[in-house]
Amino acid sequence: MAELVSLVEGIAELVHDGDTVALEGFTHLIPFAAGHEIIRQGRRDLTLVRMTPDIVYDQLIGMGCARRLVFSWGGNPGVGSLHRFRDAVQNGWPGRLEIEEHSHAGMANRYVAGASGLPFAVLRGYVGTDLIARSEQIRPITCPFTGELLTAVSALRPDVTIVHAQRADRSGNVQMWGITGVQKEAVLAARRSLVTVEEVVDVLSPAPDQVVLPTWAVTAVAEVPGGAHPSYAMGYSVRDNDFYLAWDAISRDRATFAAWMQDNVVTGSRV
Amino acid sequence: MTATWTADEMMTVAAARILRDGTSCFVGIGLPSTAANLARSTHAPGLVLVYESGCLGAKPDRLPLSIGDGVLAETADAVVGVPEVFNYWLQPGRIDVGFLSAAQIDRFANINTTVIGGDYANPEVRLPGAGGAPEIAASCREVVVVVRQNRRTFSERVDFVTSVGFGAGTGHRELLGLTGSGPRVVITDLGILEPDPVTCELTLTHVHPGVRIDQVRAATSWDLAVSGALAVTQQPREDGLATLRALEATTQRVRGAA
Repeated sequence: MAELVSLVEGIAELVHDGDTVALEGFTHLIPFAAGHEIIRQGRRDLTLVRMTPDIVYDQLIGMGCARRLVFSWGGNPGVGSLHRFRDAVQNGWPGRLEIEEHSHAGMANRYVAGASGLPFAVLRGYVGTDLIARSEQIRPITCPFTGELLTAVSALRPDVTIVHAQRADRSGNVQMWGITGVQKEAVLAARRSLVTVEEVVDVLSPAPDQVVLPTWAVTAVAEVPGGAHPSYAMGYSVRDNDFYLAWDAISRDRATFAAWMQDNVVTGSRV
Repeated sequence: MTATWTADEMMTVAAARILRDGTSCFVGIGLPSTAANLARSTHAPGLVLVYESGCLGAKPDRLPLSIGDGVLAETADAVVGVPEVFNYWLQPGRIDVGFLSAAQIDRFANINTTVIGGDYANPEVRLPGAGGAPEIAASCREVVVVVRQNRRTFSERVDFVTSVGFGAGTGHRELLGLTGSGPRVVITDLGILEPDPVTCELTLTHVHPGVRIDQVRAATSWDLAVSGALAVTQQPREDGLATLRALEATTQRVRGAA
């Protein structure tokens, strides 16, 4: 059964130095507040896993929390580059960042394999690309029934997956809707999981296209209103596109970035 | 009265025209998304827009900033998970057109969105990477590329093959077992390139109004093939331009108010 915890407790108990950590949320429902708490608690040497690193991983990378990044698209959506990610890969600042990259289809299937308790997943993908030569986790496989050559990708099994959702009830059952991305698979693939939610309610009323994670499939739930900002939670908030645009200038320069993080994340109020 | 337009508007209009009503289109963000939404707002109201965030049949009234904007989910016929959009919808070849852009593209329309310069471990420029593109390029029935044309982008060799066009040329897609037929057309701000039916090499088939062949050659780092039947792209209609500008104005207004 999921334990109801504070965000500070949840991160302290579930995220350890050196862990493989997945923060998922596909543009929508990105667990920014949890990422900020990881920064405040000073976690180091993390292997960060995420399909679309987005601003939250730009911040974690720039603050020196990451040793390795496993991803499929590392940009500022609709804006351009993630400057902290680029600075880490191109110049090793603030430290060397190992990368392992995939396609979206590959990453999604790696989570599916993890959630399914299988060592790998099969897809038609990657064939003919230079991605294959850059990862040990992508291998050709022959179909035992048709002889067709396909691609296998290894399962992802994060130590901990963190997602944000709209609601949970007091028993820790989690409900999310709208674009739910790969969150169900990422939670079920992980050894431990933390879900931050907009609100804890007495009764979960059904929503269209909802995904429900039963309390017994989740380790801990923390109530964090606005915990997805500048991403959004459908029904609660809208995406702060202006912040995504503003991040380009904030993150371009190391000193500006460091000062902004100090004022807004490390000591200041959550944004 | 003669309409005037920018090179980007010409490119967007030319790309929108490619999309037929009643077909489905897997849309990347940026130039492809603008063109696909223009098509849906003009000649192709029944165009089914599929976004990799899992939004099937999205009908936004403004241009989304990202592939996961709320307006896409709110207006979609269905919102599905990311594994489902790739495994059930893209992989079996259910999507007619894949709409992609590129940081580098070669004469066989192979696309790089990963790294430029240096080597892989220490690149000069680290780009965002693959996203959905490798499988969109592989599995959509056909692919349309929308990209601004210059020597840096239209490169003799791509520094990294992120998404396969025609590989090393004729027959290579079949050899690799890729199920879609590959790039059908590359639309730029200067003209339109199509693969030669025999060699698969990109060949200039249209120049946009006012663009000279030598301009297009100068913006291409390989010796560009030019079709014997080279034509001038039909100029944008005034009503189409008005729709495009209204779409962009609405987007700015909504963004400013948010």
